[in-house]
Amino acid sequence: MKEYNINHLRELEAESIFVIREVAAQFENPVMLFSGGKDSIVMFHLARKAFAPAKVPFALMHIDTGHNFPETIQFRDELMDETGTRLIVRYVQDSIDQGKVVEETGFDASRNKLQTVTLLDGIEDLQVDCAMGGGRRDEEKARAKERFFSHRDEFGQWDPKNQRPELWNLFNGKKHMGEHFRVFPISNWTEMDVWQYIYLENIKIPNIYFSHERDVFVRNGNLLSVSDFIPMRDTETVEKRIVRFRTIGDATCTGAVESEANSLEDIIEEVAASRTTERGTRHDDKRSEAAMEDRKKEGYF
Amino acid sequence: MSDKTSGYLDMELLRFTTAGSVDDGKSTLIGRLLYDSKAIFEDQMEAIEISSQKRGDEEVDLALLTDGLRAEREQGITIDVAYRYFATPKRKFIIADTPGHIQYTRNMVTGASTANAALILVDSRNGVIEQTLRHSYIANLLQIPHIIVCINKMDLVDYSEETYNKIKEDYKKVAEKLNIEDVRFIPISAKFGDNVVDASENMDWYQGATLLNLLETIEIVDDRNHQDARFPVQYVIRPQSDEYHDYRGYAGRVASGVFRPGDKVKVLPSGLETTVKSIDTFDGELDMAFPPQSVTLNLADDIDVSRGDMIVSAENAPKVEQEVEAMICWMNERAMMPRGKYTIKHTSNEARCMVRDVKFKVNVNTLEEVTDDKQVGLNDIACITFKSAKPLFVDSYKENRITGSFIMIDEGTNETVAAGMIL
Repeated sequence: MKEYNINHLRELEAESIFVIREVAAQFENPVMLFSGGKDSIVMFHLARKAFAPAKVPFALMHIDTGHNFPETIQFRDELMDETGTRLIVRYVQDSIDQGKVVEETGFDASRNKLQTVTLLDGIEDLQVDCAMGGGRRDEEKARAKERFFSHRDEFGQWDPKNQRPELWNLFNGKKHMGEHFRVFPISNWTEMDVWQYIYLENIKIPNIYFSHERDVFVRNGNLLSVSDFIPMRDTETVEKRIVRFRTIGDATCTGAVESEANSLEDIIEEVAASRTTERGTRHDDKRSEAAMEDRKKEGYF
Repeated sequence: MSDKTSGYLDMELLRFTTAGSVDDGKSTLIGRLLYDSKAIFEDQMEAIEISSQKRGDEEVDLALLTDGLRAEREQGITIDVAYRYFATPKRKFIIADTPGHIQYTRNMVTGASTANAALILVDSRNGVIEQTLRHSYIANLLQIPHIIVCINKMDLVDYSEETYNKIKEDYKKVAEKLNIEDVRFIPISAKFGDNVVDASENMDWYQGATLLNLLETIEIVDDRNHQDARFPVQYVIRPQSDEYHDYRGYAGRVASGVFRPGDKVKVLPSGLETTVKSIDTFDGELDMAFPPQSVTLNLADDIDVSRGDMIVSAENAPKVEQEVEAMICWMNERAMMPRGKYTIKHTSNEARCMVRDVKFKVNVNTLEEVTDDKQVGLNDIACITFKSAKPLFVDSYKENRITGSFIMIDEGTNETVAAGMIL
């Protein structure tokens, strides 16, 4: 029956909305993690759809490493104003000042790993019982084993070998005091789905996803943006290149790609033709084969 | 918009699961599908080339693509359900890749619960074996609508048509025994790619579709139930704004059937009848809602409705029951307690229940019903009856995969301990 056909994006949308509503129904104090990257922007868009005409019934939470692209922060603040959404920001700098974490040193120093401590502290202080994240299973092999509803023990840890079975669309969010859940509403989306959906829904995204000229330097094959946060080696030189970002994370570990794509159509065609994964531009995953698994076990996003 | 972009917006989603025993070449088949459909990227390929070299393998092991956890790579086994994604211009695919070991029945049940199709791998050298029977039984128990039997490793039997036909005939007997309706067969070599994405040059006697071609064309829309209107209420939307002062919307996902404005509906458990006033979404009102859409129903009358209630067709309602008979798959190391109390999660409803009786267990290797052993432990499949503390609104799982399914939760550990299918 043709009239009951539904395309893959609408089916993914329906699934994600279902998951987000399930979070609102099952938890008392959930938050949605928001980085200003495209995945969290799409997740937030889905949340708005889930509860219309009411406002989104939970706050967004940003774990701020302090190493941001200014365009992202500006975008975030405008979006919050426009939609009347409550935003909680927790700063990695505060965790450093409180002596809870020690900043990495050296040329490849990154605050990426430190975010975990800031995130877990935020969850504990605010008594958050569920944090939704924009993680996708296609991103990385440890994430491929992740549940929609992912249980975390009282230390915020993930135990990948002992996960609850997840069947049909019956999600078990039951937990003991002090434990919490991470929920990933867009688990089943791929990078391509996210871009197609942004295009289909005409969702606004930060301009650094589009082609622009930028001062960059090459490190380990990645194009890193010149900024005050990243010390450069003597052998590294600043170049002007036409680039865009495929992902937006901490500025110290997110590489740009050379690209002329300045519309969503261009980006979709570029993603379709791409021969590397988007996390190929992420310095943080290259530390070891199980880098993501290890970080996730500790309580990373 | 360019043609290329618009094409991407018109794809269907197909979910499938794979079943095979340890050496049937399941991971290799998935690796092959991903590789030949160009879903594997250079950096992923590079990473597994390095891993293969480190382990001293002679060839690149495509299985490494799907084994994500450190322990899995170290031991060369798959522990947990992994989800993989690829797309062709026609469809987007989600693969639930489940381990084949006997102790992992629960993983296969998990992967099967949302699948439109199951690939069952048979090693052409071994033919239909006990494990094939087990995998087929589970696929059928979970009512996966389409079964594709991949007769693999044809390269090791000289691409023999006779061998293929023999296995096909053997399997047909299994299908008949299990009442499997839609079953198809493909002779393949996952290792060399014959009939996976590209038609085999070694088996000109086979005129059928390649595996990918089949996955792209199987009709799936009609697998969903469009007859019995069921809408489990998930969340009540009450905007705290002047504009929508009196608005009460019931948010949920259509489980089955079709809802249209003006339809006469009944709310369970109250039994009160009203009509659908509108079907609301962020993007405006719809003139109909069908599975698997997530929408908000606005009812004509102001009646009390909350999460766990179900809005159903006024003429065709599910059964309202407290005594339920079901097949379950036990998924926890702690065995089921006789007359034990558990929490049932059924659609958006939740109820305490007590197990009444174990009618029989199924020996999944012989399909015999065992009645003299009432102990239900990890990976056991059994027929039980239970009594719930409040009414459940149920259809049989055969009729409805959403309103016919439930999970059982241990009240002490909060773990999901069983998956159930209502008879």
